[in-house]
Amino acid sequence: MKHLTKLAAVFLALAMLFTVAGCGTGGESSTGGEAANTNNADFKVGVIHIGDPADGAGYSYAHDLGIVDMQAALKLTDEQVIRKINVNDTDAVATRTAIEECIEEGCKIIFGTSWGYMDTMEQLAAEYPDIVFSHGTGYKSNGTNFNNYFGRIYQARYLSGIAAGLKTQTDKIGYVAAMGITNSEVTGGVNAFAMGVESVNPDAKIYVKVTESWFSPDLEKQAAEALLDAGCDVISQHCDTTAPQLAAQSRGVWGVGYNSDMTKDAPQAHLTAPIWNWGVYYTKAAKAVLEGTWDGANYYGGMDDGLVDISPLSENCAEGTKEKIEEARAKIMDGSFKVFEGELFDNAGNQVCKAGEVISDADITGAMNWYYRNVEVK
Amino acid sequence: MIYFLFAAIKAGTPLLLGTTGEIVTEKTGNLNLGVEGMMFLGAFAGFYVGHHTGNLLLTLLASCIMGALGALIYAFLTVTLKANQTVSGLALTIFGTGFANFFGQIMIANTEGGVPKLPENLIAQLAETPIPILGNIPVVGKLFFSHNLLVYVAVVVAILCYLYMAKTRHGLNMRSVGENPAAADAAGINVTLVKYVHILLGGAICGLGGAYISLINGGGVWNNNCVNGQGWIAVALVIFASWNPVKAILGSFVFGAFSVLQFYAPKDIIDIPNAFYVMLPYLITAIVLVISSVRKSKKYAQPAGCSINYFREER
Repeated sequence: MKHLTKLAAVFLALAMLFTVAGCGTGGESSTGGEAANTNNADFKVGVIHIGDPADGAGYSYAHDLGIVDMQAALKLTDEQVIRKINVNDTDAVATRTAIEECIEEGCKIIFGTSWGYMDTMEQLAAEYPDIVFSHGTGYKSNGTNFNNYFGRIYQARYLSGIAAGLKTQTDKIGYVAAMGITNSEVTGGVNAFAMGVESVNPDAKIYVKVTESWFSPDLEKQAAEALLDAGCDVISQHCDTTAPQLAAQSRGVWGVGYNSDMTKDAPQAHLTAPIWNWGVYYTKAAKAVLEGTWDGANYYGGMDDGLVDISPLSENCAEGTKEKIEEARAKIMDGSFKVFEGELFDNAGNQVCKAGEVISDADITGAMNWYYRNVEVK
Repeated sequence: MIYFLFAAIKAGTPLLLGTTGEIVTEKTGNLNLGVEGMMFLGAFAGFYVGHHTGNLLLTLLASCIMGALGALIYAFLTVTLKANQTVSGLALTIFGTGFANFFGQIMIANTEGGVPKLPENLIAQLAETPIPILGNIPVVGKLFFSHNLLVYVAVVVAILCYLYMAKTRHGLNMRSVGENPAAADAAGINVTLVKYVHILLGGAICGLGGAYISLINGGGVWNNNCVNGQGWIAVALVIFASWNPVKAILGSFVFGAFSVLQFYAPKDIIDIPNAFYVMLPYLITAIVLVISSVRKSKKYAQPAGCSINYFREER
């Protein structure tokens, strides 16, 4: 028994050592800010993340790059940005606690980056009228201190579809979708991508596989492999991991990523990726609150604001891709092309948009439940 | 169809390793619910060593050792300290999950660009390569002789475990400890030693299963939460395979098939919600449980001493 006690003591000591060492390394990575600015020293910004930006890729990472941009633009210190990470958006109590902690620390504006924070933020906006609550990806707002922000990512998806349509040789393009046809954010993205493909390659078909999960490396890889087995030679995705791109790379074919430039993950396969530059909005919003010009309006940005774009085209892209994309980009930028316009048909042959009409942004993000005519679900 | 079966074997391999490891553990009389945790430990250790050294042998060795270390915690708690096996196993699962994600996060933070990758040569060694001659046979060649190295390792490990348990004296000793430790003790078998050895062996095999997940399924990039419940499916598979590693080979490939079925089923002909496919493996396990408990056959039942700690003084 004496030995056991000793063993246990050594074990505990080792465990403590590990913990301390772990904290040391973990802490270093989160710093790296700017010098203090005396004008706005008591101004603080809160941000609620569903994941951990330190993951290095994906959703929370993309949002946090925007927060870092905002911090640099407004010359805030690290202490002036309060981050709450891994806040489960289906847990209203955890959400409320995280936001109230931000309020206690003195945040003047709080960004909630995930859909599920919406209702809690709406309640808190009523309780704290002096604080601005800005919610991403949802649809609720109160016109004063609770607004909604999102963007026209479908414009970027259209452009990435051009890259895919020009690259495919089998005329079969795979699309790993996190959610099924009833989720209009995903479905709208599939359709915009499919239209981009059709604009340069009318023969190509888009095959969709659904994982029912925003983040699942296993399922995403298996879905991508099933698409590759069916003869697809470009894999596009609306899900959080790089697994589909890696699956495409291991078969020696190509892919279109999402959220961040996945060329660094799959250099031999990746063509381009629709990406968000959230910093555009975060800087604008925080600046407005700081300077007292906040008007409570909702924000719905597009490519003309720089909120959405595609990552730089990689060397894997087919010849002429750049020209085709620039041509379409110019039309989107000057407003002459709206992507979801003109006579559109779904894959069952129904007319979903009449000639000369445009589908509204609210319908694209909130009420799209049909697939474009060159999309197949197998 | 061939593609589907091929994908099923790939998806089933980590389950096979986890199941084999757990069968070895349970046959010696210890129900270790820490499979998920040990797989996580093996997944992280394998990836970490592979990431830094690029040496395949060291990578696999590291995952085995880490899995065995996880099992050592469990063995110490249950065999030496006689702690409750269920709770200890659950604790190991929680610990292993947290450990892998915590140090995985540190690895991500310390990697330039935030994407820890395996070196090219290691990925090449683990790539799917057809075996010369055999791989050229139509259908069979693609299905059985074109896999990555670890698939063969898993099948060989399962067969070796079966031969060891069924055909050797040590295997007999170990099974007797699992069925009736008091009798085994009276027969002069060192119960504690036998339990320790096989719990560690089981942990090492589970760790290897974890390595498969992080090395192959991850496509050469580290993902937090990569094991994602597969350890629990392995625990269920032990029952499905009725504590026989050879049956586990078939069982895990069947379960692997279920897990990829949702992507290969022709959606234009039968359109069932994906949730149904996700549910299937568990449904089958429940059915197998019902059948096996109705039959009440001793040969296909859990070892009699499983999940009961052995107190020598209470004989």
